[in-house]
Formats: sequence, structure tokens, C-alpha cells
Amino acid sequence: MANPSAVCNGHLHHHHHQKQNNLLKSGVCKKNGITKGMKKNGVSNGTLYKKTFIEHFEQAPMYVAVLTFVGFGVGTIFGYLRDFMRAWGLEKRNIAEEREQQKDFVPLYQDFENFYTRNLYMRIRDNWNRPICSVPGPQFDLMERVTDDYNWTFRFTGRTIKNVINMGSYNYLGFAETEPNALKTVTKELQKYGTGICSTRQEMGTLDKHVELEKLVAKFLGVDDAMVFGMGFATNSMNIPALVGKGCLILSDELNHTSLVLGARLSGATIRIFKHNNMQSLEKLLRDAIIYGQPRSRRAWRKIIILVEGIYSMEGSIVRLPEIVSLKKKYKAYLYLDEAHSIGAVGATGRGVVEYFGMSPDDVDVLMGTFTKSFGAAGGYIAGKKDLVDFLRTHSHSAVYATSMCPPVAEQIIRAMKCLMGLDGTTQGLQRVRQLGKNTRYFRRRLHEMGFIIYGNDDSPVVPLLLYMPGKIGAFARRMLEKNIGVVVVGFPATPITESRARFCVSAAHTREMLDTVLNALDELGDFLQLKYSRYSKSSHPELYEETRFELED
Amino acid sequence: MDIKHVKDYIYWLYYQYLLITCSYVLEPWEQSMFHTITVTVFAMVVYTAYVFVPIHVRLAFEFFSQIFGGQPDSTVSIVN
Repeated sequence: MANPSAVCNGHLHHHHHQKQNNLLKSGVCKKNGITKGMKKNGVSNGTLYKKTFIEHFEQAPMYVAVLTFVGFGVGTIFGYLRDFMRAWGLEKRNIAEEREQQKDFVPLYQDFENFYTRNLYMRIRDNWNRPICSVPGPQFDLMERVTDDYNWTFRFTGRTIKNVINMGSYNYLGFAETEPNALKTVTKELQKYGTGICSTRQEMGTLDKHVELEKLVAKFLGVDDAMVFGMGFATNSMNIPALVGKGCLILSDELNHTSLVLGARLSGATIRIFKHNNMQSLEKLLRDAIIYGQPRSRRAWRKIIILVEGIYSMEGSIVRLPEIVSLKKKYKAYLYLDEAHSIGAVGATGRGVVEYFGMSPDDVDVLMGTFTKSFGAAGGYIAGKKDLVDFLRTHSHSAVYATSMCPPVAEQIIRAMKCLMGLDGTTQGLQRVRQLGKNTRYFRRRLHEMGFIIYGNDDSPVVPLLLYMPGKIGAFARRMLEKNIGVVVVGFPATPITESRARFCVSAAHTREMLDTVLNALDELGDFLQLKYSRYSKSSHPELYEETRFELED
Repeated sequence: MDIKHVKDYIYWLYYQYLLITCSYVLEPWEQSMFHTITVTVFAMVVYTAYVFVPIHVRLAFEFFSQIFGGQPDSTVSIVN
């Protein structure tokens, strides 16, 4: 069914198809080895996208932006007032500050970040770092905590809030579960190997479990070889320095995750940023890099690598992989794809954005991902050609110095992956992926109908709902908790200062009733807090049409 | 029942005002200070509008009517 919301924000993404047609055709004829790609695409007119790629980034009405600034202005003025009172001793100081002898030195806590933390973040701090005391499944238990001095200190009352609906955990396929049946093999491995490894991969930390897991990951993704690491963040930040160095060029997306940014900065290569998911910007940077070379010597760059993510976790947008691959082939660059949120969550069988766009994993040079999100475990992997993985085994900091993944966690990933691939004899894996797809589309459709502004692609399970005003961040999170729903709200500095949002992560373990509870709560709260800014809501009585719409969608 | 409706509506308006101006996050004494200042400024604006706007509107009307329809007035006075 054609989605009329594609016309919403005036960005008809179909336009890009025609432009890239010529690019692909011209690129194809010149090089060999690409004919394989052409055959795999199979579509005779050469369109890059097999299904419609619809993303929404609607802008709020002007008065919302003005009121947001007014809100921040009031907060800032009162921030200065409180700082003044603290400096002149009219108020007790609860925060870190310099010692008396250091008052004449360069000030440590006067920059905007510290000002913001002291005066704005502290006031609504009770919405973050909430301790949970159960498995983060579709429902979880929270420890209740109260504050007596406006969020400077907390104390636990001892009560737990039970069965809070979990809309914040990255539990896309629902593998964070405690059912004994499901965890049989994990318990067995725990009893066989214990929990600690007490060594790094290079010394005595490579177990048969790691070898089994790596072979399974390579088979799952359809590549030659893979390597697993103990921590997802460390996978990015420790392996990018091993792959690039001085004299190389990194082209990184505007909204890349901190781990990618840290890895890029640690490597010492030159970093250039292109606008988020904007192929014209990327192509311009590539052309400039090839035409002008390195800054002073004008030599060619040793390597040009493009860093992108599969799904961007703050926007919910999916990378334009076909266009990037055609660009990389034309300009001879390398591609590093971070599938932290997209592995397991998109694609017909859960194999990530490569499968979602119907492309071959040979097109991407370095496939990276994490096991934290869809597999209910911890750790990351890098997969690709055998030469690449062999190189990383000896040269990566993480492989040489960091402790390897512990065996029960590796077994959890093995069982989750086997379930996804169908190797355990059931179709449970495929059912989970389909359920996630259904839940995602239902949730997004209902939110669009209600009139909220939602960012991102229609197929991504990460759903950011825009709140804009700083006062509403705290109000939204607290009221949702009163209704027994746990949400994650995000503000500056993780997002631009005017675009604070609430981010929902849909899971395959959410039942239709849970989603309906959440949607009804959102409807009520949207009216009460006036969050329905969208100018393009579809209908005011969606429940009348829901049944028939459903038949058509399936 | 109706009174409750009205009271709820007024509370809702007050809550919107708190959210929009971000005074929802302030401590009670800061809120009182902010409300005092806002109400004072608003009262001054209303008072100024009440006192000065009608006078200015009347003067502006006379000025423009003098420019466009001024000729007939003067001829009448000369004839007289």
C-alpha cells in the first residue's frame, strides 16, 4: 500500500533513484567484477532500491522552536542566578569545585558543559540511570528511588515497581529472557567453563567456544571469516586505529556513534564529515579528496574509508547502502559498516541492512556489529575477507590486550544465532524477526496517525518521538513511569539542543496488548502535554479503520 | 460537575504555561519568583496597552484622514 506520508516533508526520496541510475550504469561498464553485482540485482532497469525507501524528518512549526528557546533561556537565567548564589555563599555547594588554593588557576568548571550539567541536567536527573532489578525483557522491575534535595542525592525506598513495560531496552528480538528451557545450553557451558577467562586472546584466552562462535558468525553473515571481541564499544574504538593511520582519510557521517568517532580520532587519520545520509555531500568529499589529495603535499591518500552505521540510534534512519556502495566502487574507497542496531533487527531473515537492500556482503569491506542489541549478550564482531580478519587478529589492540568474551555469553550468542538461522530445528528465529517487523510497522503507523512527529525510516525498530521543549522532557518521562511504562528520553548533548526526544525501541517480545497499552498512554499524554505537533496526521479515528487496514498490510 | 470541568481546564492551562516556559523544572521558590516577575511584566503590558493604545489609534486615524480627506474640510472653512 502506498504510504501517503512519503509526501509529508517534501523529501520525495524516490527522486534519488533516477539520479543514481546514471551513476550505476556508468560505474558498471568500466570495472570488472561488478557484473556479478548487476546479475544479483536482477532488475533490468537498474534501480538501486528494490523497495520504497521512506524516511521522515518533519520539521516542527515555528512557534515550537521559539518556545524551546524561551524555555532554555529561562533555564539559563535561573542557572546564572543559582551560580551567583553559590559563588557568594548564599547556597550550599553540592557539586565538584576547585580547592581554595586553585582559585587563581585556569577555571575547571566554567565551560558550558559543566554549567548545563549543574543547572539544567541536575533538575531532571531522576529520569536517567534508574536501576533495574530484573532481566530487561518486555517488562521489567524498577527500584523505586526518591530525592529529598532536588536530585542531588537519591535514596532507595526499598520498594520495587513491578512489571513496568520496557520501551527503552535494545531487546529487538526478545532474546533477553530467563526461561530455563531457552538457557539450557548456556547453563551447561557455565558449569563447564565457569565465568572468567583470565587472559587475552593472544595469550591463553582463545577457547573452542570462540572458534565455534566465529565460524557461526561468518556463516550467518555470508562472509569468509569473523572475529569476536568482548565489548562492542571497544570493537570500534580499538580496531579502526588498526585499519587506518596517518596519511589516510576517514569520511564519517555527521551522526556517527561516539565509538566510531573515538576510533577515528585515535587512529590519527584525517577526518572529514559528510551530512547525515546525504549522498551528494559524500560524493563531493570523495571528489575533493581524489582531486586535491593530502593537504600540503598533494599526494594521493593512502586509503579512503567511509564510516557509516546500519541504523542510527538517535534518528532511526537507515543508511543508503546501495548508493554508498556504488560511490565507493566508483571512487575506489573502502566501506566500514557498523551494524550495531541493524543486525538481527532488519532484513527478511535478520541479517542486517545488507540483506534489507538485497545486496551481497562482498560489497562491504568491513562488516562490524555488536551482540548487545539483538542477541541479548555482550560483545562485538568484525567480519569480512579472511585477510582482513587475520590481520586484525595480530594487529588489533582489542585482540592483543583486551580480555576475550566469556564462555556463557558466547554460548548465548551461539544459541541465539542458531535460533535465527533455523539450525535448532524450529522456525522460532524467523517468527521473531517477522514479529519485530509487524510490531515496528504497527507502532510507527499508529504514532503517525495520532499526530506525533516521528523521525526515521518506516522499517527501523528505533522510534524517536520529538518533544522539543526542555520542560516536557522531565514531565513526559515521569508521567510515563506513573503509568508503569519505562521510556528513555534524550536531550542535549546527545541530540541537537532544540530537538530533544523520547526514544522507543520496539521488541519482538512485545505483545499487541502491551503496544496498545503504550499507545493509549501516549495518546492521553500527547493530548495532556500537547505533543502532537505533526501537520500531516492521517485520520482522527484510526480505530474505525484498523481492522481492514491490517488485512491489507499482511 | 461543570465547576470541576472548568477547574481542570484552568489547571491544564497553568500546566501548559509551566511546561512552555520551562518553569516546571524549577524549585518552588524559583517558581514563585518567576511567576511574580512574569505577572508583573504582563500587568504592565496590559496597563500600557489600556492607557495608550486608544489615544494612539485615534491620533493615527486623524492623521491619515487629514492626508486623504483634508481638502474638503479646509474649503468648507474658507467659504464660511
